[in-house]
Amino acid sequence: MELADIGKTFRRLDYLTKVTGRAQYLADMNVPGMLHGKILRSPYPHARILRIDASKAEKVPGVMAVLTRDDILHDEGIEPFYGPVFKDQTIVATEKVRHVGDPVAAVAALTIDAAEAALKLIEVDYQELPAVLNIDQAIKPGAMLVHESVKLPTSGFADLAEIKPIDGTNLCTHFRLNRGDIDKGFAEADRIFEDTFTLPATQHCFLETHACIASVEPGGRITVWATTQNPFVVRTQLANIFKVPVAKVRVIVPYLGGGYGGKVYPKVEPITVALSQKAGRPVRLVLSREEVFYTITKHAAVIRMKTGVKNDGTLVARECEIHLDTGAYAEIGPRVAKKSGYTAAGPYKIPNLKIDSYSVYTNKPPAGAFRGFGVSQSAWAVESQMDIIAAALNIDPVELRKQNGYNEGDKFVTEETLRAIGLKECIDQVAKSIGWETRDEDREQNRSSIRRGKGLACMIKATITPSISCAVVKLNEDASLSIYSGTVEMGQGSETVLAQIAGKELGIPMPTIQVLGVDTDVVPYDLTTSSSRSTFHMGKAVQLAAQHIKRQLKEIVASEYGVPEDKIDFADGKIRLPESQLDYSEVMFKRFGMQGGTLVGEGQVKTSTKDEFGEKSTSAFWFLAAGAAEVEVDLDTGKFKLLKYASAVDVGKALNPLGCQQQLAGAAITGMGQAMFEEIAYDNGQLINPNLVDYVLPALGDMPAVIDSIAVEFPDRNGPFGAKGIGESALIPVAPAIANAIYDAVGVRIKDLPIKAEKIFVALADLDRQ
Amino acid sequence: MRKAITLTVNGRERGVEVEARTTLLDLVREQFGLTGAKLGCDIQVCGACTLLVDGKPVSACSMLAVDADGCAVETIEGLGSKDKLHPLQEAFMEFGALQCGYCTSGFILTAKALLAENPQPSDAQIRDYLAGNFCRCGCYQEIMQAVKNVVGES
Ligand code: FES
Ligand code: FES
Repeated sequence: MELADIGKTFRRLDYLTKVTGRAQYLADMNVPGMLHGKILRSPYPHARILRIDASKAEKVPGVMAVLTRDDILHDEGIEPFYGPVFKDQTIVATEKVRHVGDPVAAVAALTIDAAEAALKLIEVDYQELPAVLNIDQAIKPGAMLVHESVKLPTSGFADLAEIKPIDGTNLCTHFRLNRGDIDKGFAEADRIFEDTFTLPATQHCFLETHACIASVEPGGRITVWATTQNPFVVRTQLANIFKVPVAKVRVIVPYLGGGYGGKVYPKVEPITVALSQKAGRPVRLVLSREEVFYTITKHAAVIRMKTGVKNDGTLVARECEIHLDTGAYAEIGPRVAKKSGYTAAGPYKIPNLKIDSYSVYTNKPPAGAFRGFGVSQSAWAVESQMDIIAAALNIDPVELRKQNGYNEGDKFVTEETLRAIGLKECIDQVAKSIGWETRDEDREQNRSSIRRGKGLACMIKATITPSISCAVVKLNEDASLSIYSGTVEMGQGSETVLAQIAGKELGIPMPTIQVLGVDTDVVPYDLTTSSSRSTFHMGKAVQLAAQHIKRQLKEIVASEYGVPEDKIDFADGKIRLPESQLDYSEVMFKRFGMQGGTLVGEGQVKTSTKDEFGEKSTSAFWFLAAGAAEVEVDLDTGKFKLLKYASAVDVGKALNPLGCQQQLAGAAITGMGQAMFEEIAYDNGQLINPNLVDYVLPALGDMPAVIDSIAVEFPDRNGPFGAKGIGESALIPVAPAIANAIYDAVGVRIKDLPIKAEKIFVALADLDRQ
Repeated sequence: MRKAITLTVNGRERGVEVEARTTLLDLVREQFGLTGAKLGCDIQVCGACTLLVDGKPVSACSMLAVDADGCAVETIEGLGSKDKLHPLQEAFMEFGALQCGYCTSGFILTAKALLAENPQPSDAQIRDYLAGNFCRCGCYQEIMQAVKNVVGES
């Protein structure tokens, strides 16, 4: 049997069940006695609810419960308000609906047909209100308020403690970052560049829609099967809403059909639990594709960026104002705004900064986490403007980035020291991959109206800090290992990597390791499977747990065999003594006196706002990456084609090389969708493309001939075997790299995503006129 | 209105009563318990629900079960045998052609239909044939490699 190892590709542990169609995802599961849930949603972007009458709906044969505001406002056992940062969400709308698709009522019935029939019979009288449908409308003085007031939680996230909504406005939060002396900085600058960049709202479009099965037992015990990336956060939120201790809430998470940030924090769990509680039976709710678009989106943004530069290319000052459209509910928007603000200087040393980053309430579906979390927004502006500056100063964009880019030991904007920073290596690698040096010669391939161009971009991103991951491993009597971890397998390959880490530490074969499914009754606490944090945090926790097992084995050998501990070594899954060697199972037998028993190892990783040197730490490790694109643009039509794309990501250490490659390529492809096609379109607050025909996803035919994914290794001192997180990095540079390549090809600068042929065509026509 | 239909599913004959509006996907998933095919878009664009009907890939979300009366339906569960997987299943694992796995059944069945029609497809033919399947995790490169590898071996 093959020994577990790192730095080596192992067939993923989740594969066999997935390629045979046996893997059970939530919508494949049934619970005996289960009812079917359906949600009635608001047709208006903003309206007061004058009256709801569910009496006719309740009489539909097969209907077991209809849930309206009356059930949540007058039940002592329910706290109607919840939300990860502010308590601005309710299970169903209470006084107002705040976006098209806002849940108003819900039905649980014996069949889906009965539930749907009942929805049609719920009578709701609305009084329409003026709506704020974009950032401009929302921030105008005197704008209609989405929330008249917002409840704050009694305890929340440590990193967001000082962030509050601004009363009497639609500003959900305002994050400020000031550094140096901004006026002095601009005074020192030879040139000042001022640009505004925009991005639209997009949707995650995981093929598996959000779903939940909830069962509330008499006595209040709550069990939910959830499509969530953070079961422990869902557990806490449900405990708060339904006023029970967390121990009474059990969250089970099967394999997810994709997450990408769209399955963090409660989504359909509160409403499904409320339905189950009212109906007295388990309820399953599976959202339709359209409903997913009403549930969560990625923030649209407007970014105004003013940068002062010396003639030699040194960046000296930046003023940046970021407005992120967080929709009707704060969700995790405040943290997205904070992360956008932190990265508005990009991966560059800029001594003087004034950054204001706002999350803004509007009457649109809520925006939350999306792979890239705020940085894909800021980097669109930062990296586009870098090329604007490079062109104006006639400096090579690669050189401009390297001249200003972070080196090992530089100070981040928060004044903390950056360590394990493979930024420049990433830039060099992607430049090499697309043949940056030969880009002028390659232009000779221009033919008739077709022009070639190359562009690149880079980025820095933080992971959520502070955070917690706990793990338990059990060594069984036959020396097989069970891993208990709260990390959700959503396609990223976490099960396999965790098994590799624990197995490597113990020197045991991969086939003897089982990673258990996620069940909050069984696995210890983990904050979240997001922020590219699991390999680093849970990987380390599992490694520590395996080391704990080794210490116990050592103690047993020392006491049972009378060998001093310093004479005991581990190698290849055996315990080496001076004269002999022992199998783990022999040691277990010796300890327990028969074939049986368990050794339990524990590992805890807790990061804090200070590192081990007592220095400030806003991120447990840093992600660095670069991306480069080669494009072909048709001068006559504006149509363009991505010929080649290269990503280089500082992975710390590639534990499972094929897994790294999948994450890098997958993130880059998601980035291509965001860069070239994806956009949620609204008409007066109504979504006009909440389906996969009108909302265009990248398909096989859209892929460039080459996607090169390069893992750069600058080991992190605290990561397991030096590994860092990599899930998001490769996505972030894609859009600006493509925009920069288009500029390089035809000299037009697109500042609003997605980059479409029409926009290039119009810009080319403008260029002609000049 | 219920209608009795007969069809073969993965080689076994099944007789079943269905509502006229039941989709083939619902029939296979709910009545036969074969949940490998997934509902992704519900409007015939994503390919997650692909099944083979008389060897041809169809979007089972948009086909009525009654229209499969008398047909041979093949699902991912019918591929390979207990001790030997289908070469496409092997290749998908070897080349890492899946992450979350939600699209996998659709891709493998579509690729199987392609290879039955055209055992030596060119890259462009593979790309065209698989153009109607989405992989949101972005495994397109690896899927191409996996399918090409099976072509190379046959
Ligand atoms: S679910 Fe049938 S094609 Fe998407
Ligand atoms: S593997 Fe997730 S959608 Fe293809």
